[in-house]
Amino acid sequence: MAEAHAAAAPAAGHPDTSLGLDNRKLGMWVFLASECMFFGSLITTYLLYKDSTGGAAGFGPGPREIFDIPFTSVSSFVLLMSSLTMVLAHHAALNRDERRMRSWLLATAMLGTVFIGGQVFEFTTFVHEGMTLTTSPFSSSFFVLTGFHGTHVTIGILLLLGLYSMSRLGRLPVEDDVRIDMIALYWHFVDIVWIVIFTFVYLIPVG
Amino acid sequence: MTLLRMPVFTWMTFVTAFLLLFALPVLAVGLFELTFDRLFGANFFDVTAGADPILWQHLFWVFGHPEVYIMILPSFGIVSEVLPVFSRKPLFGYAAVVFAGAAIAFIGFGVWAHHMFAAGLGPIANTGFALSSMVIAVPTGIKIFNWVATMWGGRLRLTTPMLFAIGLVAQFTIGGLSGVTHAIAPHDYQQTDTYYIVAHFHYVLFGGGMFGIFAGLYYWWPKVFGRLLDERLGKWNFWSLFVGFNLAFFPMHLAGLWGQPRRTYVYPAGMGWDLMNLLSTLGAFVIALSVVIFLANVVIAQRRPMDAPADPWDGRTLEWATDSPTPEHNFHEVPIVHARDDWWHKKYEEDKEGRPVRVPAGAADDRDQLEVGARERGIHLPDPSYWPIVAASGVLLLGYGAVFLKPDPTGTAWGVGGIVLAALGVIVFLSGFFGWVLEPLEEPHGSHR
Repeated sequence: MAEAHAAAAPAAGHPDTSLGLDNRKLGMWVFLASECMFFGSLITTYLLYKDSTGGAAGFGPGPREIFDIPFTSVSSFVLLMSSLTMVLAHHAALNRDERRMRSWLLATAMLGTVFIGGQVFEFTTFVHEGMTLTTSPFSSSFFVLTGFHGTHVTIGILLLLGLYSMSRLGRLPVEDDVRIDMIALYWHFVDIVWIVIFTFVYLIPVG
Repeated sequence: MTLLRMPVFTWMTFVTAFLLLFALPVLAVGLFELTFDRLFGANFFDVTAGADPILWQHLFWVFGHPEVYIMILPSFGIVSEVLPVFSRKPLFGYAAVVFAGAAIAFIGFGVWAHHMFAAGLGPIANTGFALSSMVIAVPTGIKIFNWVATMWGGRLRLTTPMLFAIGLVAQFTIGGLSGVTHAIAPHDYQQTDTYYIVAHFHYVLFGGGMFGIFAGLYYWWPKVFGRLLDERLGKWNFWSLFVGFNLAFFPMHLAGLWGQPRRTYVYPAGMGWDLMNLLSTLGAFVIALSVVIFLANVVIAQRRPMDAPADPWDGRTLEWATDSPTPEHNFHEVPIVHARDDWWHKKYEEDKEGRPVRVPAGAADDRDQLEVGARERGIHLPDPSYWPIVAASGVLLLGYGAVFLKPDPTGTAWGVGGIVLAALGVIVFLSGFFGWVLEPLEEPHGSHR
């Protein structure tokens, strides 16, 4: 039921929308909006339980005892820098510089991997120090919240590597950069969520 | 077509989509937390570990209250289509009805704790949520008054869809009024977990939502299947459902106020609830009879030839401009919409007193008007695919698998059946997912027909 006297459909096979935004990109925005509610609920759960450190086996560690703020600050910095490289990749795509775009995509994926490595190290350390998923409501909400964020970053890395290999195989026309747009949106969103998590989960309970 | 020329049903479906988008993630989190508790021994809802079970109530109702609007708003949209057609008048206050629907959706996210007044949130929270719950009655009232004003002075045709639509307006109003009584927190303390609550939500969701769905079924059946449902059976369907519904659910108001707790079907004799429960039982059988009448109506209609005219109700909106049943590509040409109720204005002009006068025969089907510039533009349709349903059934298997992964949630033993079922679910889901993504397009340029 689009306005019939709008411009003819573009050659790519997807009619333009009267919204002026590609429907795939709109889909990503809408998905990210619902993700806000998802992480919002998990963060709320954490804030409710940040002081509930008791469990079946007595009291477990709380935020002050367990968090290593300098370490997490470094891995947060790494993740934020990956947003910068993502912007550079997107910029290269706009300039139709595929080679440079691929380099920055790879850099973004690598920074993401370093962040995930840091999270794996952090989780392992916590388990060795006696805090597991089952220790207390605090530990459950911490591991599930940051675990879901880590899963999102991992999916982002896979998407970036997918973009990279499609570009290598010559199956990513940079003119049709909607996919790059969408994955960049997703990546920035995941980074922004981490800023919120770092503030609410690490800094506020310790400070 | 512009946004404010869109049929109200389309508008309400749109609003519902937003509600789904923002409400379901919250339920997802609640369910994830419950799953982690059940399967991996997390402590989200374990009171002995100091967890707060009220968290579950919050997560559930932050989803659950928008969910009731997810159920009712499409029905509101349906009656906003049906009432104008059978009153031969445009919808009264179109913009107000649309904005009231959007307002209900917004405010609907801020009222969830009225389900939890008795949970002990404290006077400040209870007052806030009581106020927001009363506020949401305002846009709902706007809709009710606009529907009544649509019928006011119209030339009513009491067809089956119209009867169901009027049924919604009347019965939803009763349910809405009992809803306002819940919003008053001290009053709600008396009603919590009694049959009064059951009466309320059946009046809004059955007397409202379900009657709206029946109105829509009778109204659009010819458009979808090319066959009109029988009007005589339809009226039997309506009146039996109307009587059965009220017989089943009105006595619950009284039983509830007299103290019968909900979620029980056995109760001691001599509590004074016997007669009310007997009436409800009788009503339930009348409802069952009514549903049988509906199914019979469907079976009889589907055995007849597809002879429904394109516009059996003298409709107002665009769908009645195309054939019944609707062709696969919807419209032969993309219609240009010049006004709200565009199809009506193509059929009727107004005389000096504002009464509709039919445009001379033939002009109503003026294809020239509909045809401009449509062919070359084409209509975009995605290729049909079976893969989504394959992927969805994988999720179903995975869900059942997850339930039986740990037959005893307090124990540590894993259920073999659950593991097999869950693994099967993952395999089916992934094959459906990849099948969908990798499925070749039917025709390379086949997206335009």
